[in-house]
Amino acid sequence: MYLKLSYEIRDKYLRKDMLPTIFCPGCGIGSVLQYTLRAIDELGWSKDEVVWVSGIGCSSRVPGFVDFDGLHTTHGRALAFATGIKMANPDLKVIAFMGDGDTAAIGGNHFIHAIRRNLDVTVILINNFTYGMTGGQVAPTTLKGLRGTTAPYGSFENPFDIAELAVAAGANYVARWTVFNYIQGINSIKKALQKKGFSLVEFLSPCPISFGRRNRMKTAPELIKWYNKITVPISKAKNMSPEELEGKIIIGEFVDRDRPSLDEEYEAYKKRAKKMMGWEE
Amino acid sequence: MKYPFPVGKSDFIQGDEAIARAAILAGCRFYAGYPITPASEIFEAMALYMPLVDGVSIQMEDELASIAAVIGASWVGTKAMTATSGPGFSLMMENLGYAIMTETPIVVVDVQRSGPSTGQPTLAAQGDVMQAIWGTHGDHSLIVLTPATVQEAFDMTIRAFNLAEKYRTPVILLTDAEVGHMREKVDIPNPEDVELVYRKLPANEEEAKYPFGDIHGDLIPPMPIFGKGYRTYVTGLTHDEKGRPKTVDAEIHRKLIERIVNKIEKNKKDIIEYETFDLDDAEVAIISYGIVARSAIRAVKMLRSEGIKAGLLKLNVVWPFDFEMIEKIAEQVNAIYVPEMNLGQVYHLVKEGANGKARVELIPKIGGEVHTPQEIVKAVKRCEKCI
Repeated sequence: MYLKLSYEIRDKYLRKDMLPTIFCPGCGIGSVLQYTLRAIDELGWSKDEVVWVSGIGCSSRVPGFVDFDGLHTTHGRALAFATGIKMANPDLKVIAFMGDGDTAAIGGNHFIHAIRRNLDVTVILINNFTYGMTGGQVAPTTLKGLRGTTAPYGSFENPFDIAELAVAAGANYVARWTVFNYIQGINSIKKALQKKGFSLVEFLSPCPISFGRRNRMKTAPELIKWYNKITVPISKAKNMSPEELEGKIIIGEFVDRDRPSLDEEYEAYKKRAKKMMGWEE
Repeated sequence: MKYPFPVGKSDFIQGDEAIARAAILAGCRFYAGYPITPASEIFEAMALYMPLVDGVSIQMEDELASIAAVIGASWVGTKAMTATSGPGFSLMMENLGYAIMTETPIVVVDVQRSGPSTGQPTLAAQGDVMQAIWGTHGDHSLIVLTPATVQEAFDMTIRAFNLAEKYRTPVILLTDAEVGHMREKVDIPNPEDVELVYRKLPANEEEAKYPFGDIHGDLIPPMPIFGKGYRTYVTGLTHDEKGRPKTVDAEIHRKLIERIVNKIEKNKKDIIEYETFDLDDAEVAIISYGIVARSAIRAVKMLRSEGIKAGLLKLNVVWPFDFEMIEKIAEQVNAIYVPEMNLGQVYHLVKEGANGKARVELIPKIGGEVHTPQEIVKAVKRCEKCI
């Protein structure tokens, strides 16, 4: 796989007047942004045919840095806005750049319903197990026992597995990687972008400042080591018992299927309506 | 173009139905909603008509999502609307603020019912006036229209779209369960006779670089809609003229918010619509809006027949508000009466406008029934005697 130099990607796709980004040292969002831009570049998509949508949080600032149409919306609602964009103009390709709190907490309902409808959108999900922008509160993804400012003695709640949730709700494509699986990550984003219907690529992404510091992993390398320890490839996980999988996070491709997307269904619905009303044969 | 309802003739329909038909004639091609009494009939009519006119009607998971989808649709250049009632309207406050901040033309219909909370779902009220104007947080302005009849609901829906497009702002059509569910004769015009406004688009690439800049000196920036190659960035954060977030610069924030407020306030004369009945020589004024104004007209006639020189100011727009006009009326009359289906909302605006030049009395009524003309007459007479 030939990789373009980073500055080529930067110069082609980033808004220079918006740099530097707001991201902290060791943050994984910049890497995932780069993978997404590389995927778009390799697909040869025009900057004018893609709309980036986001909610609120660190990862949601991404549409501001890229030279595309972008809608930076309210907390958790990115996919609801995306529904309007995609349905009003199905020719546009829509990417939602979201965080784990944005997706699974305040936006949880929009998330499952966008998937249920099979909205043709690609969600790039930054899962850093925390609310980074507001200073490290626990998230619905925080693993039990890990600390955040709002559970300073360690989270006492069960976390969501967002990828599994997306599979159960009916997504067409779901994959999860760590930020350090960059080849797999880029390939998954390419697949997701080309997939009609709902696609999700989740990245476990380091947040040393807000999350790592509170959990004895002050630097990105320490978080990498931790990811290596807690993640299991999906092929290997198939042969593991629930006890062995306790506390592990599965990475890999979860689902790849082709159910009709919302806009395709609506096209058919319009035809049906006109036929039922005797407007068309 | 073929329409799924009769055009160029009159029909006997509900207020909610009239709003849906008017929206389609106004060019609305995207509707997102969530079921709620007494606004569901608007959604049901949209669901019936939209696929036939190649528009979209979609049921969202809640009202937060409904208004969000509508804003998204507007950014790709589609005229879009949602409708709800109090409980859903409360949920919409978040993204109503987003629409104001991002200057997105949308129409939101609130078919008022009694609140707070679930209240009286099937009964009318006027308790959401202040919420419509001030419900979303932060400094802002927007436009709120108040129809009193089914015909007005129809006409004002078209006007709501035109004002939204002209001023790049959300417009609220604030009606109520009574107008929404009432059936009346409505004249539906021929589509070619409907005057339509479409948002100002950037004339060139250079203009498109300033999606939030007052580049024409009229306070209303052209809107570079998505998918046209402008690559616009839109954010609810405080932003500069190019749309770039600038969150700690007081001057940029002041400039942005003052422009957003002033584009409405400085165009009051164009936006505000009202009607007067027997007001010219009146000594007692009644100021009313929405369904209650219909009882107020009758009350004015009854008062006149009893020798009290009453007149009516019927507000078709409750925001922006013409405080100066109220002061002029206050200088002319001895007393102003404000009958409302709430415990006093527009009353406070009128009181501020009257500026102490006339006594301002509230005639409140809650519980779901419209004031009868007799009730208004009685309240006026009681007060007129006591001075």
